[in-house]
Amino acid sequence: MTTGSPTPGVTRSAHEIARAVRNGDESALSVLQEHLEAIGSIDGEVHAFITLLDDQARSDAAEVDRRVAAGEDPGPLAGVPVALKDNLCTSGVPTTCASHILGSWRPPYDATVVERVRAAGAVIVGKTNMDEFAMGSSTETSAFGPTCNPLDLSRVPGGSSGGSAAAVAAGMVPLALGSDTGGSVRQPAAYCGVVGVKPTYGAVSRYGLVAFASSLDQVGPIARSVADAALLLDVIGGHDALDSTSLDRPPSRYAESLCLLDAGGHAPGEELVAGLHVGIVEELVAGADPLVARSVRAAAESLASYGATVDDVSIPELAYGLPAYYLIAPAEASSNLARYDGVRYGSRVDGPDVEAMNRATRAAGFGDEVKRRIMLGTYALSAGYYDAYYGKAQRVRTLIIDAFSAAYQRFDVLLGATAPTTAFPMGAKVDDPLSMYLSDVCTVPSSLAGHPAISVPFGRAEDGLPAGVQVLAPALGESVMLKVAAAVEAAGASIAPEPK
Amino acid sequence: MTGDGAGDQVSGGESQVSGAGDQVSGGESYGDFEPVIGLEVHCELRTRTKLFCGCPNSFGDAPNTNVCPVCLGLPGSLPVLNAKAVELAMRIGTALHCDIRPSSFHRKNYFYPDMPKDYQVSQYDEPINVGGWLELPDGSRVGIVRAHIEEDTGKTTHAGGTGRIHGSSYSLVDYNRAGVPLVEIVSEPDIRSAAQARLYAAELRAILVATGASDGRMEEGSMRVDANVSVRRRGASELGTRCEVKNLNSLRSLTRAIDYEVRRQVGIIEKGGAVAQETRHFDEAQGATVAMRSKEEAFDYRYFPEPDLVPLAPDAAWQSEVAASLGPMPAERRSRVSELIGARGGTAGDGATSASQIATVVELGLDGLVEAAVTSGVDPGLALARAANEAAAGGDAARGLDPAGFTALLKLEAARKLSATQAKAVLAEMLLHGGDPATIARAKGFEVMDEGELATVVRQVVDESPGEWHRYLEGEEKLAQFFVGKVMKATRGRADGKAVIAALDRLRS
Ligand SMILES: [Zn+2]
Repeated sequence: MTTGSPTPGVTRSAHEIARAVRNGDESALSVLQEHLEAIGSIDGEVHAFITLLDDQARSDAAEVDRRVAAGEDPGPLAGVPVALKDNLCTSGVPTTCASHILGSWRPPYDATVVERVRAAGAVIVGKTNMDEFAMGSSTETSAFGPTCNPLDLSRVPGGSSGGSAAAVAAGMVPLALGSDTGGSVRQPAAYCGVVGVKPTYGAVSRYGLVAFASSLDQVGPIARSVADAALLLDVIGGHDALDSTSLDRPPSRYAESLCLLDAGGHAPGEELVAGLHVGIVEELVAGADPLVARSVRAAAESLASYGATVDDVSIPELAYGLPAYYLIAPAEASSNLARYDGVRYGSRVDGPDVEAMNRATRAAGFGDEVKRRIMLGTYALSAGYYDAYYGKAQRVRTLIIDAFSAAYQRFDVLLGATAPTTAFPMGAKVDDPLSMYLSDVCTVPSSLAGHPAISVPFGRAEDGLPAGVQVLAPALGESVMLKVAAAVEAAGASIAPEPK
Repeated sequence: MTGDGAGDQVSGGESQVSGAGDQVSGGESYGDFEPVIGLEVHCELRTRTKLFCGCPNSFGDAPNTNVCPVCLGLPGSLPVLNAKAVELAMRIGTALHCDIRPSSFHRKNYFYPDMPKDYQVSQYDEPINVGGWLELPDGSRVGIVRAHIEEDTGKTTHAGGTGRIHGSSYSLVDYNRAGVPLVEIVSEPDIRSAAQARLYAAELRAILVATGASDGRMEEGSMRVDANVSVRRRGASELGTRCEVKNLNSLRSLTRAIDYEVRRQVGIIEKGGAVAQETRHFDEAQGATVAMRSKEEAFDYRYFPEPDLVPLAPDAAWQSEVAASLGPMPAERRSRVSELIGARGGTAGDGATSASQIATVVELGLDGLVEAAVTSGVDPGLALARAANEAAAGGDAARGLDPAGFTALLKLEAARKLSATQAKAVLAEMLLHGGDPATIARAKGFEVMDEGELATVVRQVVDESPGEWHRYLEGEEKLAQFFVGKVMKATRGRADGKAVIAALDRLRS
């Protein structure tokens, strides 16, 4: 494996592409061709994609062009190439969750977010690599081999949405969808130097997202800018009658409000954050590598210079987030993954009777990390242990929600690191699950609370790798969260060398 | 919550089992022992669609045709609760005098091929209906612990071997039933005999039908019963070790299985043994219960709150709307029919037959027919008999009979303008295609057989059988039926049985 940056990809934003295609200045087909070429030259080394959909993408792009020619508006993502994490169901297209157990299963339906992205005129180019069933923080548990960090091929891209983050960072697509259960969008975004959003639980439909931990899973956008992430979030969000946990709210218009401020080129930080009260959460900084902690402090200083009031805040309850998360998520996963039993779909290993067939299928089909979590979760829910583990973890969850509410009485948003370190070397943690789990320590609190959070790159740490700054907001606080993130982004752009 | 709209009727019905089938003797005696029985009844709700998706809830369709990503548990699919199912569950709870509470759903985890997600969504520690009671026709009350909502599983057919899963060469699964809404009604262990268990199940079925929640068809699996059975010495207050007997698919199996199980447990204790706590299966063919799994083999279902559904808390307005829409329950309707018949100086055969016929017409919702007929002056015995026997045989169609038409038919019969046989034939036609009884009778060529014509036929029949006639004259009264039969044959049912006997009497005197 070589170190160093591969061929640069396409750097244009989704906003630019959509504008050009909608105006008829550029065809969706040529945009697609440009990106497919980038994928062709880059993905051999990065391995961000599990499945490429060139043919389907070409016909979708042609349809966008036809609509533009006919004077119709294909939508806000007209002609924008989008990659989907491979746990989002796509009708007739393999959806693997990076697991052998799903075999060659092709869903008979599109996830709600996939339908919405398509309806907005986007062109879906492929399905991206991930940790198996989204269980992991490095994309190394994929049954189809790891994805490399495009900024340094010897390092992991983070996970579990590592393929989506790498594809965006490498310029193979301007936008991708990931899923975030305990940090799976934000942490890889931080490691790859891109923007990743975990929306409020219920803000985006989970229908068609293959479940890992149902009470935590949210689909979220990955982009190279906050404005582009907001554009995709507007498209995928809003009520869905097929998801009972979906919040009954009209579609959002975050991108518009950011772009109005963006009229003069870059968003003026003052207009975004002046008068806001920002809290730096000690627990989300103290444990972080000094390289990363310094970025968070620097970002906070920039916000202060734009007129925000910045204070330190301690929320000691957040320390219990990680253990609570590693009980609740595996417990739900142990139930969600029971259906992969070889009876109805996916791979099957035969046996003399049904139980033997179930056992052989699951033994062969699931990887080690998935098995570890199924066992953890099964144990946590077992008779006699439920109260001590799952029950207690749920009580911790309530404590964390209460602690956040108290903090949000004082602060509009909170700031912390996205992950304790920058991208770590491939293989460094695969044999040490606990240290791997620790890379989620800064992201799980928002997940447990169901709150939105975003990771924005802020410069480079001394090791040359990007550091992610996390902006946390209360439930449905996406609007203020995105504005603060845009300000952090603007400040970061002025201090960091432009990534190649 | 998705609306299910009006709860459509399940169509394509076959005949319904009436409450009046095989009566149990009630003479069970277990010596010094007393059975303690609690029943768990699973009732399929008559919704148009399934509990969590829009697939049709219908019985008897080609395998795996009423399925979708949700009820097949495909990866990524999510449940959405059917509001109609909640309403029907509330109707059941209200009819059983339960408290309707804010409730939630849990997942019950275990591997089974006919369960698409390998967990069942069910209510666990927060059921929608809590506490309550059911009063049996004999006035005794059985307590209700809870009546909660859950989803049904698919159906597995094991091919080869014994038909059980072990030893079969392959299995076929039909997921049409997967996700069909169920309400499980759990009784207190207040039942003390197989006969009482049967009464409870029959009364509960009548209530389920009356609420519109179920069609009560045990033979189609719409209502399935499990029995928790233990025995103890008479006078003892502590409970014995219980066994759960599964697969009781008719009132007859319920009675037989409980009777067998009680005797089995008494036998063990009398021999100085101890009953082992286990789940048992009722084998219809052997008439015996067979051990399925012991307490040690019991599953750990790892219940936990279903994160894909939100809590369910029907508001007061919805609850009172449901309560207001419930009609009178079977007990009240039975006493109304009894009182009406009593007031009309009912001549309804013997008391037991009458009570059983009243139970049947009420259970099937045909009491309106009887009331209409009796109020218009039709003999109560005749009205009850035609409703409980011939109309009931028409299944669902009977509920669609026009009370005025039914009354008109019985008046024709009472006035001897139609024979009993003809009246039954006209009723059968009314059940099939509807219509006015007089018109149907004319179309079938049924006409009034006057006394003169009847006397001629009777004369002929007597002349053809001089031997029998002689014996009849000698006092062999049962030969009257021989002549009635002959006359019926000769008139193709046009004659009236009572009129024939009157004609015979006239001839004899
Ligand atoms: Zn369905």
